[in-house]
Amino acid sequence: MSLSFQDLILTLHRYWGDQGCLILQPYDMEMGAGTFHPATVLRALGPEPWKAAYVQPCRRPTDGRYGENPNRLGAYYQYQVVLKPSPANLQDLYLGSLAAIGIDPLKHDIRFVEDDWESPTLGAWGLGWEVWCDGMEVTQFTYFQQVGGFECRPVTGELTYGLERLAMYIQGVDNVFDLRFNDEGVTYGDIFLENEVEMSTYNFEVADTDTLFDQFRKSAAECERCLEAKLPIPAYEQAIRASHVFNTLQARGVISVAERQAYIGRVRDLAKAACGSWMDVKGYSA
Amino acid sequence: MADFLLELLSEEIPARMQPKARNDLARLFAEGVSAAGLETGAIATHSTPRRLVLIARDVADTTQASREEIKGPRTSAPPQALEGFLRKTGLAREQLEERGDTLFAVIERPGRTAAEVISETVQRIVADFPWPKSMRWGTGSLRWVRPLQGIVATLGEDIVPITIDTIQSGATTVGHRFHHPGPITIGGAHDYAEKLRACHVIVDQEERERMIRLNAQAVAADAGLNLLDDEGLVVENAGLTEWPEPLLGRFDPDFLDVPREVIVLTMRTNQKYFACLDADANLAPAFVCVANISASDGGAAIVEGNRRVLAARLADARFFWEQDLKVPLEEQAKKLDGIIFHEQLGTIADKVERIAKLARWLVESGVIEADADQVHRAARLAKADLVSGMVGEFPELQGVIGGYLADAQGEPKTVANAIRDQYSVPSQPVSVAVALADRLDTICAFFAIDQKPTGSKDPFALRRAAIGSLEIIVRNGLRLGLTETVRGGLANVAGQLEESEATHRLNRTAPEILDFFADRLKVQQRDAGVRHDLIDAVFSLGGEDDVVRLLARVAALQAFTDTQEGADLLTAYKRAANILKKEKWEASGNVGGSDLAPGEAKLIAALDTAEPSALAAVEREDFSAAMASLASLRQPIDAFFDHVTVNDPDAAKRERRLNLLTRFRDAVNSVADFSKIEG
Repeated sequence: MSLSFQDLILTLHRYWGDQGCLILQPYDMEMGAGTFHPATVLRALGPEPWKAAYVQPCRRPTDGRYGENPNRLGAYYQYQVVLKPSPANLQDLYLGSLAAIGIDPLKHDIRFVEDDWESPTLGAWGLGWEVWCDGMEVTQFTYFQQVGGFECRPVTGELTYGLERLAMYIQGVDNVFDLRFNDEGVTYGDIFLENEVEMSTYNFEVADTDTLFDQFRKSAAECERCLEAKLPIPAYEQAIRASHVFNTLQARGVISVAERQAYIGRVRDLAKAACGSWMDVKGYSA
Repeated sequence: MADFLLELLSEEIPARMQPKARNDLARLFAEGVSAAGLETGAIATHSTPRRLVLIARDVADTTQASREEIKGPRTSAPPQALEGFLRKTGLAREQLEERGDTLFAVIERPGRTAAEVISETVQRIVADFPWPKSMRWGTGSLRWVRPLQGIVATLGEDIVPITIDTIQSGATTVGHRFHHPGPITIGGAHDYAEKLRACHVIVDQEERERMIRLNAQAVAADAGLNLLDDEGLVVENAGLTEWPEPLLGRFDPDFLDVPREVIVLTMRTNQKYFACLDADANLAPAFVCVANISASDGGAAIVEGNRRVLAARLADARFFWEQDLKVPLEEQAKKLDGIIFHEQLGTIADKVERIAKLARWLVESGVIEADADQVHRAARLAKADLVSGMVGEFPELQGVIGGYLADAQGEPKTVANAIRDQYSVPSQPVSVAVALADRLDTICAFFAIDQKPTGSKDPFALRRAAIGSLEIIVRNGLRLGLTETVRGGLANVAGQLEESEATHRLNRTAPEILDFFADRLKVQQRDAGVRHDLIDAVFSLGGEDDVVRLLARVAALQAFTDTQEGADLLTAYKRAANILKKEKWEASGNVGGSDLAPGEAKLIAALDTAEPSALAAVEREDFSAAMASLASLRQPIDAFFDHVTVNDPDAAKRERRLNLLTRFRDAVNSVADFSKIEG
């Protein structure tokens, strides 16, 4: 039998643990992608080697579909691996992880298809690929060039697996809610369908926009206070919070196209400042 | 002589960057070795997703040795002169030769080995390769499109030593990533392609393209279908594979409810699949994907995987399509007042308002013969699909989606077509009105707020809008005064501008827009192969803002100047104009007299006939006839120059003859400004 959702995670943990990665836990804040975890963003800065792998729950309010779409979710899981400096055999290590979860590259068509990665809210970009398995994107593979507006030296290699998609692929399932979560009959839908329905309703219809606007302003202000106090980690947390509040405001449809850029710019400024502060505090800036 | 092989092995190079990379590599290598004086035969380059390959045939063993003598200062020259010479030649005093009282530098350059020259050249090429985007990796500082993994460099059977960053050249590469991941030793340029072929790598992109073209068609034909040709996809898939194997898959026919363009676009853009047609050229529920392996199960798992990915994408597309169908375009259009077109120019709803007004005016003023109410309706609905889910997903289908929705929601065909064709150059009258009004409004609006294109900057694509407008006008033979039309467009904008300052400058704006159109028209005509001096000759008449008439005049002028008569008349014209210029003669006036020479009388008579007939021909826009009238002047003007002396000692004769030349010149100029014509 193919891997259950939880065994998929456990297999990846075992594999990357064997490659010398720290197996970390998710960051306990709402965020749009595993990249936002300080174990990626902050650790990609500066000269010190770093190897880590973790699962990160991600929230994308605008992608919620009330549990009615078989492929789209407002909350899902990413498996994130970061290796600094990026090793010369990173592609082989990655392909090894696919073999570990049961994907035979002589039966399945594995491809590295150009995809330049950019996170406007993190002031970060890199080059790499989306990895296709039989036409499906299963992983984002990136060599970071800049984070928080700073050049990455050495370069961090980042692998981001979309766990639900990968599991659907491995299990041969067409609807995410039908995924076997374990081998004892519990499905992904049993656990998360209600969350999707309620969170979609909340994000699209209920969330109080005045409160959200207020939270955005307060997070931004708090971030700046932390920066003044030379506390990059809490400053960065406030930037993440502002980013998530902004995402929710977008789902509520109250941010115009013109304003959108201004909000993204504001979050970017906060994230960059936090990264700069981290560089200072860690003594990387000199 | 030996053949040189270079393989730069890297992680996957984006498919779209490969063609330019091949050209750049060939060019830089040829330039590099030739600058060093190394001769080679033919240079060919190839690429796969992981390799950039160059093969240079018949490389000379060494560069030519050379000897150069440079004459220096005299032995008695001051020390500064000597120092300068030594600096220039890089020699020491004792290396110079004394010949008599003059110093000479003799510089011997021994021949260098090919390996030496090639090694240097390749290192330089890799260090400065013009990738559109490059990156660093690991701890290194080398930049390449993706991490560079290895270099094969052989000359004949020998390795050319090249060191780049931490990479040493050798004769070892790898085969196909999955079929043959182990090392392969290459003998040289002679066995490279065949050794790799044996390891599941087709080195030459054109061969892979042929394989894809043929085999994709073959798998479709096996299923009784035809491939929807797409050369771009052939090239892209060849850039994504080292061992291309097209496979046919099928999707649920229920998805065929979704507009065909959406299905084809989803397959092409997102998945790089070819679409298939049935015997009646309808879209078939099938696709051809190109795998990069010979799968152990014959491709069943790959087809199944791709089918599921496509099903998910099409399900998404169908969801949006069904949602969009439920909302009448008229309702969607109301949401446009929430989307900013430009902060100074209001919302899209404001723009729609202006388009509708201008489109209606184009009909009511008789420029376009169409049903004004349909035009108005089409304009009102034209931008409604911008808020549809479908266009949100596939922005490149703006208009197309609106057209489908309008049709499905029972709008008249003409209205649906106008929505569909608004971004192209349409020919149905309702469509023409909307498409033209949209572009003219964009131009007027941005000029009104002083956002004109400058130099290479044209952020609102106004040049494209102008070219589009001109194409619509010309192809449909629309007779409109641009001045009046532009003023109408500006007035619409002015009604919406709050700033009084901005409205004030509108009067200045109309001529700016006309100049802008004139420039675009010139560029467009030049690109179409019309001589620029002829364009200038017609443009400099001024006052012409009817594009169709203006181009008819250019065409007639071109035809005329191609004839012998035209060329002769031009010669005579230039002669007359030169005389007048030399004499600084600006007056015109009496040409008659009781003692007219026969040459004068004949020219006057010819002008008396030609002038009114040319003018009348211009009036009725028969420019060929106008040219023919001018042609009738050729013989009399030639005779005049042959037999009549302009600079007659008799001042009265001289004056009236200069006046006559002025009259001739002006008559010709009334049809086109011949002074602008070269030749």
